[in-house]
Amino acid sequence: MNRTLKFLIPLALFLVAVGFLFKGLFLNPREVPSPLVGKPAPTFTAPILGEAGKKFNSKDMQGQVWLLNVWASWCAACRDEHPLLMQMAETKRIATYGLAYKDVDADAQQVLIAMGNPYNKVITDADGKIGIDYGVYGVPETYLIDKAGVIRYKHIGPLTPEVLLNKIVPLLKELGV
Amino acid sequence: MIPSIGELALILAFILAIIQGTLPLVGVWKNQTTLMNLAVPTARAQSLLILISFAVLMYAFYANDFSVLYVTSTSNSQLPLMYRLAAVWGGHEGSMLLWVAILSIWTIAVTIFANNLPDSFRIRLIAVMGLVSVGFLAFILFTSNPFDRLIPAALDGRDLNPLLQDPGMVFHPPVLYMGYVGFSVAFAFAIAALLDGTLDNAWARWTRPWTTVAWLFLTLGIAFGSKWAYYELGWGGWWFWDAVENASFMPWLVGTALIHSLAVTEKRGAFKVWTVLLSICAFSLSLLGTFLVRSGVLTSVHAFATDPSRGLFILLYLVIVIGGALLLFALRAPNVGLGEKFGVVSRESFLLANNVVLAAAAASVLLGTMYPLLIDALGGGKISVGPPYFDAVFVAIMAPGLFLMGLGPLAKWKKASIPEIGTRLKLAAVISVVSALLVPSVMGKITLMAAVGVFMGVWILSTTLILLQKRITTKQVAGASLMDNLKAIPLAFYGMLLAHLGVGVFVLGVTLVKGYESEQDLRMEVNDVAKIGDLEFTFKGSKKVQGPNYTSSQGTFIVSENTKEIAMLYPEKRFYPVQGATMTEADIEPGVLKDVYVSLGEPLEKGAWSVRIYIKPFVQWIWAGCIIMALGGLLALLDKRYRIANKNPNKSAQEAF
Repeated sequence: MNRTLKFLIPLALFLVAVGFLFKGLFLNPREVPSPLVGKPAPTFTAPILGEAGKKFNSKDMQGQVWLLNVWASWCAACRDEHPLLMQMAETKRIATYGLAYKDVDADAQQVLIAMGNPYNKVITDADGKIGIDYGVYGVPETYLIDKAGVIRYKHIGPLTPEVLLNKIVPLLKELGV
Repeated sequence: MIPSIGELALILAFILAIIQGTLPLVGVWKNQTTLMNLAVPTARAQSLLILISFAVLMYAFYANDFSVLYVTSTSNSQLPLMYRLAAVWGGHEGSMLLWVAILSIWTIAVTIFANNLPDSFRIRLIAVMGLVSVGFLAFILFTSNPFDRLIPAALDGRDLNPLLQDPGMVFHPPVLYMGYVGFSVAFAFAIAALLDGTLDNAWARWTRPWTTVAWLFLTLGIAFGSKWAYYELGWGGWWFWDAVENASFMPWLVGTALIHSLAVTEKRGAFKVWTVLLSICAFSLSLLGTFLVRSGVLTSVHAFATDPSRGLFILLYLVIVIGGALLLFALRAPNVGLGEKFGVVSRESFLLANNVVLAAAAASVLLGTMYPLLIDALGGGKISVGPPYFDAVFVAIMAPGLFLMGLGPLAKWKKASIPEIGTRLKLAAVISVVSALLVPSVMGKITLMAAVGVFMGVWILSTTLILLQKRITTKQVAGASLMDNLKAIPLAFYGMLLAHLGVGVFVLGVTLVKGYESEQDLRMEVNDVAKIGDLEFTFKGSKKVQGPNYTSSQGTFIVSENTKEIAMLYPEKRFYPVQGATMTEADIEPGVLKDVYVSLGEPLEKGAWSVRIYIKPFVQWIWAGCIIMALGGLLALLDKRYRIANKNPNKSAQEAF
């Protein structure tokens, strides 16, 4: 019997590996937890695109639930999510602010003219400093910030209808929007 | 219309594969010749149908048939023909079809060349290959059909990923898959032997040439991939310990162990259980690699399709194929005898050590590859395992193996004596130690790693040459010329020598490039000169170049050594508008002693560029070593022993009647 058991070792090891692989299928390797979720959003003051001389102060957003969408004219994936942002803008359900990350103002405006402007306002972050504060490591990224100025959700990569439906909308309901 | 023919052919192949994988097995079991006779014709027809369907897909790419969804997503009418054809395996669905197409080639080869095996064994072998094919065909038809239509047809396609638009894409995947899939033959041999209960020397002799062919393709495939990454990715690396590279490297390590353990089983009848387990493991790791790449459980530059339903399907397939094989192993292996005994110091012991080292190396790579997944599955969060782990663990495990490589072939079967081996190796030891001190000091910096690496490389080369000399002197016929003595040595022996020399060359290449490569990131304006060692690089500015499906900024660099001009290099930064992607095309002046490698970074103001320059000493030795290893495999295959020894005595007796 002992001898037979020894020959079962490879099978046993394999089945353990299968267990992990099975579990792995339902994990998303691209999903990186953000240390900022649940923490107050970094505050900033920055110029507003197309409104020379005016500044946006993130403290003014206190008391509102809003989305901060990090994008850039040079980012191809941002164009993929653009139509969805346009649809969201039409519903007027949530205030969406764009952060033009490491972008040239004229280029960013060009994109908004060509594809439509889904944003309440676009804040410019030409040198990417705000991006560093928020821990942006790939554009596009989207942050959901609550009335108290706390980041409730962060999505990396283009928004998809599934993310909107399964993650953002339930959170909005919870936050009473 | 034509794409439907491809789909139909696949469906028919699927049905035939089911017959091929079941009825002949029943036939062998019930001893019914009619059922047994189905094996060969169904296998051949099934394989032919798959090849037809593959040809149809190729035609769809050739003809820019954008009514096929897969063509639309991986090709474009502007794409040059060569890359349109290579785009057949540029995405998930096509890669899978390539997988089964290559399995068909192997299946046809088995039906033709394995005709001298005993009938029951041969039929089981073919049936097992049919079962392997069933799973993959089902996977393609149910989850990844490359012939899915797009109605109405698209005007143009989304283009092949620019990273894949390279001659490397034409050769690397088919050659690599030839190796990957080739282990299915050794696997089928193992399963057939377990079913048959004929795990003996003859089984090992039959398996050996098939394993060697698969191994030699896998060696070349991995080398091509490494070379491609080196010149295409633009930062001079040649191995990244990326999950997908590891997926091809693990079967290679186990396959290498298998080749050696098969030798022992054939010659001495020992290691039978271990050999059969390695045969199962080599193919299992190929399948696991496919799973890791295709299911998206691990992120990788190579993973272009991630879809949990596909992952689930492959996982189920793994459970059936690998789980079934290991279960069969657990049931049958206890009845297999142990073979002849051998002494503590003997060729067998050295080969056992070789097997342990290679298996441990494969296990360490497997652990490193799976570890992030394990931790994540246990709720430990996201981590990544990088090259430092692999470099440290892998080198530590392999170093003793490389040392033993010099001793093993000199030891006698059954019982060898250490003093006898020792006297033979004095010279090799002296040469290796001297080189280990000399080479690093010539290269400019003595480090422990470099000294150990050079020692190992030279040790392998010198002991291998001593082995040849020993073989000539011990077997020499009185009065025969050196040439006659050399001719008397079988090709398989030369194959072994050459493969081992290849390892030595490879080790030297890796050691010297790791120890002495240099790189510089510079900002260069037009006519700026950069000096690195004896080399001077003059930047002559950049100009716009129009390619077939891209626009490019091409820089011109004059490279001179000691004021003598040695090369003009033209690295490029290409923009592919269809995918909106930018690609770096490095330009390289290769050489036996060093590669000079220049790549363009980002354009800066006033015609200036950020530029990366690398000097890579002996880097070509890495790939040269791999090619020499593969040539060794080829020589071993050509040995006439296989052709003569392969003749089945029963069959020739029948013929004689």
